[in-house]
Order: sequence, then structure tokens, then C-alpha cells
Amino acid sequence: MGNRRDFLKNAATGAMILGAQSKLGLAGILDQHAETSKSKVVVARDAQLHGAGTQLDEQRVLDLLDSAITAYTGHNHPVETWKRIVPMGKVIGLKVNCAGGKGISTHLALTLAICERLQQAGVKPGNILVWDQANEALESGGYTINKDPSRIRCYGSDVAGYEDRIETNGVVRVRLSKILTRECEMVMNLPILKDHACSGLTFAMKNMYGVVKMEDVGPMHVGNCNPAIADLHCIPAIRDKVRFVIGDAISALYEGGPLFRPEHIWHPNALIVGQDRVAVDQTAWGILERKRAEVGLPTLEAAGREPRYIARSADAAHHLGVNDPQRISLMEI
Amino acid sequence: MKLRSNWMLAVAAIAMITVAASGCKKAKVDPFPASGAVTGWQKTSDTRVFAANNLWQYIDGDAEQYISAGVVTTSTSDYKYQGTLEAVVDVYTMKDAAGARKILETGQTTDAKTVQLGDAGIAYAQSVIFRKGPSLVRIVAYESTPDAPQALLALAQTVEAKL
Repeated sequence: MGNRRDFLKNAATGAMILGAQSKLGLAGILDQHAETSKSKVVVARDAQLHGAGTQLDEQRVLDLLDSAITAYTGHNHPVETWKRIVPMGKVIGLKVNCAGGKGISTHLALTLAICERLQQAGVKPGNILVWDQANEALESGGYTINKDPSRIRCYGSDVAGYEDRIETNGVVRVRLSKILTRECEMVMNLPILKDHACSGLTFAMKNMYGVVKMEDVGPMHVGNCNPAIADLHCIPAIRDKVRFVIGDAISALYEGGPLFRPEHIWHPNALIVGQDRVAVDQTAWGILERKRAEVGLPTLEAAGREPRYIARSADAAHHLGVNDPQRISLMEI
Repeated sequence: MKLRSNWMLAVAAIAMITVAASGCKKAKVDPFPASGAVTGWQKTSDTRVFAANNLWQYIDGDAEQYISAGVVTTSTSDYKYQGTLEAVVDVYTMKDAAGARKILETGQTTDAKTVQLGDAGIAYAQSVIFRKGPSLVRIVAYESTPDAPQALLALAQTVEAKL
């Protein structure tokens, strides 16, 4: 199980960590799998994640992360797996989502769990960069700002700055964060599952609005964010660098999003993991709809905000992943 | 006698116009209670005000629904109850009462409890939302505690009285 051949064999059911491995020279076989096999998505749950009270049990979060990663890769040793996921000696970005502020941001416990495993895999603390659009948002989400390169860094794009160059694709015209374009070799996408007033759903793909200069984001909300989300992800820096989703569905928002609405919070106690951003969002959408039905809310389509960007992202023009459930290998643990 | 009667009518008309005019030019109110104005509550931040065109700076992604409902300005301030329970008070001033009604009625769920606040109000375990004229007020606590509902309601009642 521990050698590279076994690792590749065990990953054969999914397009395992395709992007990351491309940079490591391992991707040839995996690229072929990506063309022929289903997109794998893992939904890992632990009903006891919050223990008896409202506080998260951090050890259980770490255990759940390990379960999700090992299930996704088919590898039994989390630390060894992380070594194969990330490029060593390079900066790894962890793009969290703190746009909802206190109460509905990517859980710090999850981010810290990933940081711990990355360090155990050999990533230097200074090569881990936790980031979002703005320092203020990060702080409201419970994160501590740090630019000291000897420790895990954490700061917003408002501090790092944005490129002057305007990237255009389809309907989007954006200036990208220098954290994405200049600092990170690879970005892990750590969204949190929320209903969204415009796009219907905000999870893996919508989280990338947070890499765009704030002034450029407004127009991308037109038309339920469709096709803006799909167009945005076709920009090479986003398409190529953002390679892996570890989605936070520990707590989630089924209505009233994207801001914190405590009356609409629920606790799926889950992580949704995958490499195919479209398949991950398709899976998350299903989870959100099931909760809405359970509490008697209309479907997102009936509410006028079906997340049509998901299908658009899967179309021939964008080709960002698959949304057809028949082509998604969903593993629930 | 007739002359005196006309004079009195003129005075009354001027008085009515003055009252009406002062009603139209109602002084700007500060709806945010100061620290200690409501038992247990401290105001922990300055009030921030956002015009409709920069509301995205405060509620990016959620601004559109308020803009489409006719928001003019949004004011917000943080509070803390008994030194522990954090909360935020948002006051949205809409163009008219219809805008405030539209937002209040959006996304209500069956567990909403009706409360006597302003023109209409609802409460949940961690939040209170009400409208009064063109104002929509949302008060949200970041934790669920046994005393949160009553504390939020007390804060909301004071905000309502100041609007």
C-alpha cells in the first residue's frame, strides 16, 4: 500500500489529485483515468463532531479529515497521502471562505487539521498560506492574521494586493489576487456550504469569487452568477492552480445565505472532498436540497435561484467537470 | 368679527403647515442604543454606514436582494451581552415600507415566532427581525444561550423605540 504503484492502483476509481500530480510528474496514467472514469466525491460524516455541546471536537475533525482523505485516495496512511497530494517546497494556499463572517466561515478547526497534516507531510509552516479576500473577514471568521514567514501565514488579498492586469473570459473581467497568481503553487479550496441569494448555492466554485478584487465581483452576480462562475473558473490561474476541494459541511446554511442566519443553520457534520469542482458542487447541491425539503422550503429552482452555473460549468464550452450524477462516483462514509 | 375669524384661520393654517413640514424633515435618528441603555448590553463597535452602492463592502453576495428591495442606507454596530454573547444590529433604511416588508417576508420559516415590534416582527432563538415604516432591523446573536431570546428582544424593543 505504501509504494507509488499501489498508490496509483488504489486511486484508479477516481481522477485522483490530478492537478497536483501533474506538477509532480505522476499524472500521465491519472490523466487517462480522468478521461475514462467517473469523478469521485467523498462525503465523510461524523454525527458526534460537535460532541455533547455546541463546541467542535477538534480531534474528531482531524479524524474525519483523515477518513475523507483516505477514502478518497484509497490510501490508508493520511500523512503519506498528503505527501503525494501537495508539491513539496512550494507554497500551498488554503482558500477559506469567511465572507459570511462570524458564525458561518470555514471552521478554523478544519483548517488547522489540514495545516497539521501538511506539516507532518513535510510542508514548512511558512509554505502554508491561509487566505481569503480580506483581513477583516478572516478575523471575523476566527483566524489570526500573520505574515511572519516562519509560521503558517494568514492574510487577505486586500493586504497582498491584486494584479493590475485584467483577466477576461466570457462575461468576466477581473483582477486576481496576487496570492493566487504569485505566491501559491497550488491552492486547496476550503469552502463552507451555504445557500446563496444569487447563485442558489455557494460552495466550491462560488468560493473563487474571493480571489477577485472586490470591485470586480459585483457584476458577476448577475443572472444567478451564471455563466460568470463557469467563466471565472476557466481563467488559467484558477483552473490550473485550484486543484482540490475539502469542503466544509460541518455547519451549513440552507436558507438566507450567504450571511450568517442562525435560524437557518444546520449541522451536516460532514466534509465533502473531491478534485472535480463541478461534481463536488453537484453533490453539495443535492445535500442542500434535501435539507430544504425536510424543513418545507421550496427547491432552489422554485425559489428562483437554481444553481445553473453547475450545468454550465460542465458544458462543452467550459468542460470544468461533470454534473451528471451517473458520472459521479459518490462515496458516503 | 369676520376679520378676526379670518386671521385665526390663517394662524391655524400656518401652524398646520409648520407641523407638516417638521414631520417631513424629521431629524435623523440614531437607532443604536448606547452601552448600558439596555440592561446587560454593551455597544462594542462604532456604527458603520453603507450606502446602497457600496453595500457589497458589508454584505457581498447578499447586497443584491436589498438593493432590489430599495435599500438606501445600511447601518450596523456590534454588541455584547453580559460580556459574552456577541451580536450584531443591522438597520436597513429602505425607500419605502414595501421594501422592508419584502425583506422581512423573504425566507421566513415555520419556526418563526411572531413578536410585537414595529409594524411586524419575528424572532428565532438567535435572531430578531422587524420592520417599522421604511426601516428593517435584524439583530443576530452568534451563540445560542438560554437567555439570548429575551436579551435580543429587549435590545430590539429599545431600537424600535428609537426609530
